[in-house]
Amino acid sequence: MSISPPQRSCSCEGFTRAEMLRRGAAQAGHGLPAIEPGMPMPAGTGLSRRGFLLASAGLALSVYGAGRLLDPSAFEEGIARAAEAPDQPILVSVYLQGGIDAMSVLYPAGDPLYTKYRPVLALPEDAGPAFSEDPRLHWHPQAVPLSQLHEEGKVSVLPAVGYTDPDQSHFTSRHYWEVGATQADLLTGWMGRYLDLAGNADNPLQGLCLDEALQPALATARMPVAAIDKPSSYSFYAQGVWGPPQAIMYDYFDTIGRVGAGSGDPAMQQSGKAALMSSTLRKQLLPFQSSSGAAPALPAGYPSASDAFPARMAGIAQLLAAGLPLRCVSISTESVFDTHDNQVAALGTGLGEATQTLYAFQRDLEARGLADRVLTLVWSEFGRRPQENASGGTDHGAAGCGFVMGTRAAGKMIGEWPGLTSGLDALGNVQATSDFRGLYCSLLEQWLGHEAAPIIPGASGLARMQVVQ
Amino acid sequence: MPLTRARGSAPRRSDSSHAALPVYSGPFGAEQAERLLWRAGFGPRPGQAAQLARHGVRGAVRSLTRPASRSLQGPPPRLENGEPLAPYDVWGNDVLWWLDRMVRTRAPLIERMTLIWHDWFATSNEGVDSQRLMIAQNRTQRSLCLASFPSMLTAMTVDPAMLVWLSGAGSTKEAPNENYAREMQELFTLGAGNGYKEIDVREHARALTGWTNTWNPATGQVEDFHFDPALHDNGVKVIYGHRGRFGWKDSLRLVLSNPDHPRHFVTKLWSYFCEEPLSGRDTRAAEGIYVSSGKRILPVLEAMLMHPLLHSGPRMVKPPIVQIAGMLRGIGRYIDTDAWVWESTLAGQTPFYPPNVGGWEAERWLNTGTWLARFNLASQMIGEQRVAKLPPSNATAKEPAAADPKALMKQAIAFWGEPTISGASRGALVSYAKSAGVNAAAASWEREQYPTLALNALRALVVATPDYQTC
Repeated sequence: MSISPPQRSCSCEGFTRAEMLRRGAAQAGHGLPAIEPGMPMPAGTGLSRRGFLLASAGLALSVYGAGRLLDPSAFEEGIARAAEAPDQPILVSVYLQGGIDAMSVLYPAGDPLYTKYRPVLALPEDAGPAFSEDPRLHWHPQAVPLSQLHEEGKVSVLPAVGYTDPDQSHFTSRHYWEVGATQADLLTGWMGRYLDLAGNADNPLQGLCLDEALQPALATARMPVAAIDKPSSYSFYAQGVWGPPQAIMYDYFDTIGRVGAGSGDPAMQQSGKAALMSSTLRKQLLPFQSSSGAAPALPAGYPSASDAFPARMAGIAQLLAAGLPLRCVSISTESVFDTHDNQVAALGTGLGEATQTLYAFQRDLEARGLADRVLTLVWSEFGRRPQENASGGTDHGAAGCGFVMGTRAAGKMIGEWPGLTSGLDALGNVQATSDFRGLYCSLLEQWLGHEAAPIIPGASGLARMQVVQ
Repeated sequence: MPLTRARGSAPRRSDSSHAALPVYSGPFGAEQAERLLWRAGFGPRPGQAAQLARHGVRGAVRSLTRPASRSLQGPPPRLENGEPLAPYDVWGNDVLWWLDRMVRTRAPLIERMTLIWHDWFATSNEGVDSQRLMIAQNRTQRSLCLASFPSMLTAMTVDPAMLVWLSGAGSTKEAPNENYAREMQELFTLGAGNGYKEIDVREHARALTGWTNTWNPATGQVEDFHFDPALHDNGVKVIYGHRGRFGWKDSLRLVLSNPDHPRHFVTKLWSYFCEEPLSGRDTRAAEGIYVSSGKRILPVLEAMLMHPLLHSGPRMVKPPIVQIAGMLRGIGRYIDTDAWVWESTLAGQTPFYPPNVGGWEAERWLNTGTWLARFNLASQMIGEQRVAKLPPSNATAKEPAAADPKALMKQAIAFWGEPTISGASRGALVSYAKSAGVNAAAASWEREQYPTLALNALRALVVATPDYQTC
């Protein structure tokens, strides 16, 4: 089994990927780097409501801003001010890592070529419920939670979303989705550009990533955005230090941070800024440190899983319930759907966890009275090839599936399933019947209330779809 | 025609072949040697930087690239309970096994290049699920780390861990799996979209078919990785416009002779040692060295390590595992706990578990999460060596010398083996020593205790400075 490379790339210049990233980071104002995986914390109970709230939100907030060093005290005020402002619509982007096999999520049981292309992988017609808008398609048994929400009119299905001239590289295709254009050289994310135009200079929570890393879709050029690591406590420890020397030591995080931030060297600056942000974060989170250090149990409904995805989705609902001023949220499954081999096992578990989590998240929002403010976009960088390979898996393909979930979602299919007879391109991949860039334009205009033209290149030429009811 | 030159040929010839890349000609003292040891190794042992500096830049580089000994020095690794490591079987012991080599090696560049190849051909045990296969791959990478890139690529293509990781095993003529064919071009040899098209991915995949393995139900292990001609697609393929009944070796030959390969190779190799790209002219020169040497790694690597940009260009953030190994080297500690496995993970890097086939991203080493981890691991390093109490001062004695803020700062830096810390950071450390060790103390017991506490804190602060976290 291989996993998908969760980073973007450039297909146009003779630079290595690492250098592209470095360049990207330099030009996008250090908007890209973020947190690496931490150790999973065991689930625990017994925290107070306040501690529970922030512990499950992760506590480890990283703030990313453009080139200049932002004054953390402005964030405290900015977040408070933004939280007081009238409610804003919230867009949550959920990335299914690795190019999920759309032809399994919604499998074309009614297509005569399906079993021919998928002699090993084909699911029996009655394995999962029929998709009510196109009975040729059936939901994967592990996608039933999503089908239930669809029946309630809360899910718009895009059975074949993509773009023309599809690129089958994880890096490149994901990059396109992240930047909202089929351009290798864009250095800001599509949600990041929205925040650059509509966001505030003092509210990093407006663009929040609950993940190991700040996802490039949120990379801004000017406005600060933030990442929160998985649940963990945020405390510094030095052997044999206590009392006033310890308190003063914390103050000196800022002092050594300023030495780095003020140096002319980019690496020294990076280290210095990390020290300054860590120091600020430590102070912000002091009131929420739990003495037990245990992570809270998940709210009811979320699947228990060894990875952090359900806990992070629960964390989003909790942050929103706490009134924190989020606007664009980006998150990725930890499950990887790059199923080159043994797809049956590899896909089922991850898909089940993903759809159960999405279902629990939607119910959680509804129970908290937040559902009308949140729209959730679910996407993957491409679908997989209709023709299965000999390893019991599928190789990279073209159009994939996407979903828009929420009580305000239009709940109607966008595009259509093109069918295996005439819907494949010259390389045998599924052709797109809807364009993700048109989807982004529609989400911007209909949900976030912002003109798409300055955010999505070529917006005027892209067909809009009804995404909001 | 490729020229091959025997290793250890006369210096003059070697010099003339390197003349195409400029050689650093500025001062080469302990500070420059310290940087070289961090970039091309895992930092100096106490005194090692000054020693290395005496050889000058060329001598210093050659002592790293042509080490007299590859043996390990120091006590063998053990766990907290005194047990030896079980690298194949016990969680984290694989990481410790390698970290031990990084700490004890007499040939740090060999270990560092092994780490670079691990990142270049990034394979994760997350997908391989066999510490034994991962370590076997690691040994292969180490043995070929300065050989030729074609031999490295050949070994990696049929390496069992790689065959599992990128689905090479079980890719057959009926259904070739494109995973390895794609990443081979995109990440290992050409760069995304450089010099190949989608159809080349497919055709390479066909050429690479035929590798397979068995699964031993008794042990639950995959084994017996081999090429089975019956599974190979023997048909005609067209790769980069060439037609033929290509097999896996042809696939490698074709990708290695792709005109876009040398540039990708030298650009990527350079990026591990310096963040500022080589100029177009120097890139071409490096390509020339690489190609004319028969795509050997050593000649172009030596030339790169002598390049002025590496010695006088911008600093780089130390990768977490490099910093951990270097801290252990600096304080003379050896592997005696598995704490380094999770400390390194918290700091953002677990060897044998790169985040994906693209390897680690240097841009992501430092953020609030990893900075916290780097700070806290200092405490783990200091461990039992923390200062319990400085020499007591009684009513009649003078203040202990350690209550002198400057002396405290110097003691704290000395603890880590005298790393170079800039004047600005030293100033901050002295200022801390003064506030915490002297000014904060009012009562007599405080005056006695606080310098001790301040010294412990200073040790943690030294390795939290931007100077120490970068090189």
